[in-house]
Amino acid sequence: MRTNTARAGSARTARRPGERGGLVSTFTGYAVLIFFALVFLYPFVIQIANSLKTEPDAAAHPLSPLPGPLSLAGYDRVFFGTDLPLWLGNSLLVTIVVTVGRVFLDSLAGYALARLRFRGRRAMFGAIVAVIAVPGVVLFIPKFLVLNQLGMYDSYAALILPVIADAAGVFIMKQFFESIPVSVEEAARIDGAGVFRTFWSVVLPMARPALITLTIISFQGTWNEFPHSLVAVQSPELFTLPRGLADLVSGSLGTGTQYPLKLGAAVLATIPVAVIFVIFQRHFIRGANEGSEKG
Amino acid sequence: MDITSRTGLPRLGRTSATRENLAGWLFLAPVVAILGLFLLLPILMALWVSLTSWNGQGSPFTGKVPFVGLDNYTGLFTRDDLARENFMVSVRNNIYYVGIVVPAQTVLALGLALIVNGRLLKGRTFFRSAFFFPSVTSSVAISVVFLFIFANSGAVNSLLGFFGVSGPAWFSDPRGVLHLLLGGLGVVDLDAPPAALTAGGPFGLSWWEWLSGPSVAMCTIIMLVVWTTSGTFMLMFLAALQDIPVTLEEASVLDGAGRWQRFRYVTLPLLKPTVFLVLTLGLIATWQVFDQVYVMSQGNPAKTTLTPAYLSYRTAFRDFDYGSGTAISFVLFLIIVVLALLQRWVMRERAADPGVRRRTRPRRS
Repeated sequence: MRTNTARAGSARTARRPGERGGLVSTFTGYAVLIFFALVFLYPFVIQIANSLKTEPDAAAHPLSPLPGPLSLAGYDRVFFGTDLPLWLGNSLLVTIVVTVGRVFLDSLAGYALARLRFRGRRAMFGAIVAVIAVPGVVLFIPKFLVLNQLGMYDSYAALILPVIADAAGVFIMKQFFESIPVSVEEAARIDGAGVFRTFWSVVLPMARPALITLTIISFQGTWNEFPHSLVAVQSPELFTLPRGLADLVSGSLGTGTQYPLKLGAAVLATIPVAVIFVIFQRHFIRGANEGSEKG
Repeated sequence: MDITSRTGLPRLGRTSATRENLAGWLFLAPVVAILGLFLLLPILMALWVSLTSWNGQGSPFTGKVPFVGLDNYTGLFTRDDLARENFMVSVRNNIYYVGIVVPAQTVLALGLALIVNGRLLKGRTFFRSAFFFPSVTSSVAISVVFLFIFANSGAVNSLLGFFGVSGPAWFSDPRGVLHLLLGGLGVVDLDAPPAALTAGGPFGLSWWEWLSGPSVAMCTIIMLVVWTTSGTFMLMFLAALQDIPVTLEEASVLDGAGRWQRFRYVTLPLLKPTVFLVLTLGLIATWQVFDQVYVMSQGNPAKTTLTPAYLSYRTAFRDFDYGSGTAISFVLFLIIVVLALLQRWVMRERAADPGVRRRTRPRRS
């Protein structure tokens, strides 16, 4: 409460000198904002609207936000005419396993780098930072080579294992663990709790905000991941959703442009991350408010 | 707090130290194993493959695979053949792509951040979310949407139609916009470009080809990427803007600074580190453009959307020339590293500007 009134006060003082611009600038400001909001959001309106149109309708009125006749034919063909349900299942499986794996393994490593003293810690931290700097695009062929050599190519293991730990996540967790006061851990350790026990039941519960962040980043990154599936698998039964979608578009469908179908599949690929995004925003804003109130 | 607590927990005797040493490595082991096996080892393997002409049959690590030394690398620059032409065309395309995307997304992101940061703005959370949303969605799904939007009778062309403009056939138009611009201004005749430019040029491409500008088709990918990435960078600018003390702006207003002066002499200098960060991240990311090319154009029309990343993939997995494909990816790696270092070097001199002072926050303990 106190912060709010304080902020309102400072806003008022800031307004007085700036008011020369007055109404006109406020109005232009909003006009610009609304224009850009349309530019940034209308493509999604087009995407959803046209996935619900008939094919001739989508071709004739691509801009219209309302389907002429509402048609579920696109979705009908997505679910019963393509392998999309399978890809959806694969994407869910891979995303969940990778996210759980990353959150756990990255936390373990981040904790070790932040708190535990062992030989070679600095060198390992340096190596992990170096790994973050490697551009992913350079790894397409190398990843294929190693999967091929290990006999893992074209399997679920190939989709999951190479991405189940990531250096950036380790870095995030390490930074967070360093910001937690050591005193709590000291108490647990003096009480005789082992290292893992301390980590698991004392430190991890305190790391909830960082864990949520890492979960969201991992989920979003893995769900959207495309090039990795391109070099890890080739059988359509193992396609993830982005891979299957790319395959649909590059034209194994046969005749016609089939835009309602393609856009419907794209909608389905977008929905889970959109849902997470809404939740993430709430968390983000609440976290920011809590911080400003404490500070 | 004392020094020990910053580097770790206080030691509790020798057995505990040994145990902590062991625990440290055990905690780190899974990540080290995964990164070693699927990142470090593959890079070493690929370095070897780039020195061979492996065609994907059997294992590349047997004596049967022909060793060609640095041929795959030197060929990209010196051999007068299709492989070099493709590579040089892809580099040209990517240079124009980087040259437009990086400044455009930086300016747009900064502009959006400045508007959203308005203290009196209502609904800023909504606008911030709206601008950020495209950044979090699937690049493949968004590419599909843009294929539809820029289709011949798609949304963009019907919008242009309202204004009496007949839009181009976006994805099948290989004409370079710089060529079109020069032709439109009457500087050159597009059907008969000046002989001085078509006669020759570096690395097997004529000067005329180097000076094409991005093709119309490439422009759709440029627009898509600027649209998707600006939101992320806007958030970075927004965070930096919120670190600027209100009092500083108020002071400058009392000193009689106008809106533009305030931006130019107060806000912008304070944002310098963020601008540099955004430019560097943009530069690194734009040299890696792949997903959009794969989904939207596959390098077409007339190779004008070919990029080194996509060419490397295509050479290895479609033409089964793994040696050349890997060599292209390492050259790309080198380009990125050199440019990032160059940028850092250029900006370090400028960043030393004494005007750059950040508000230091007291560390919570």
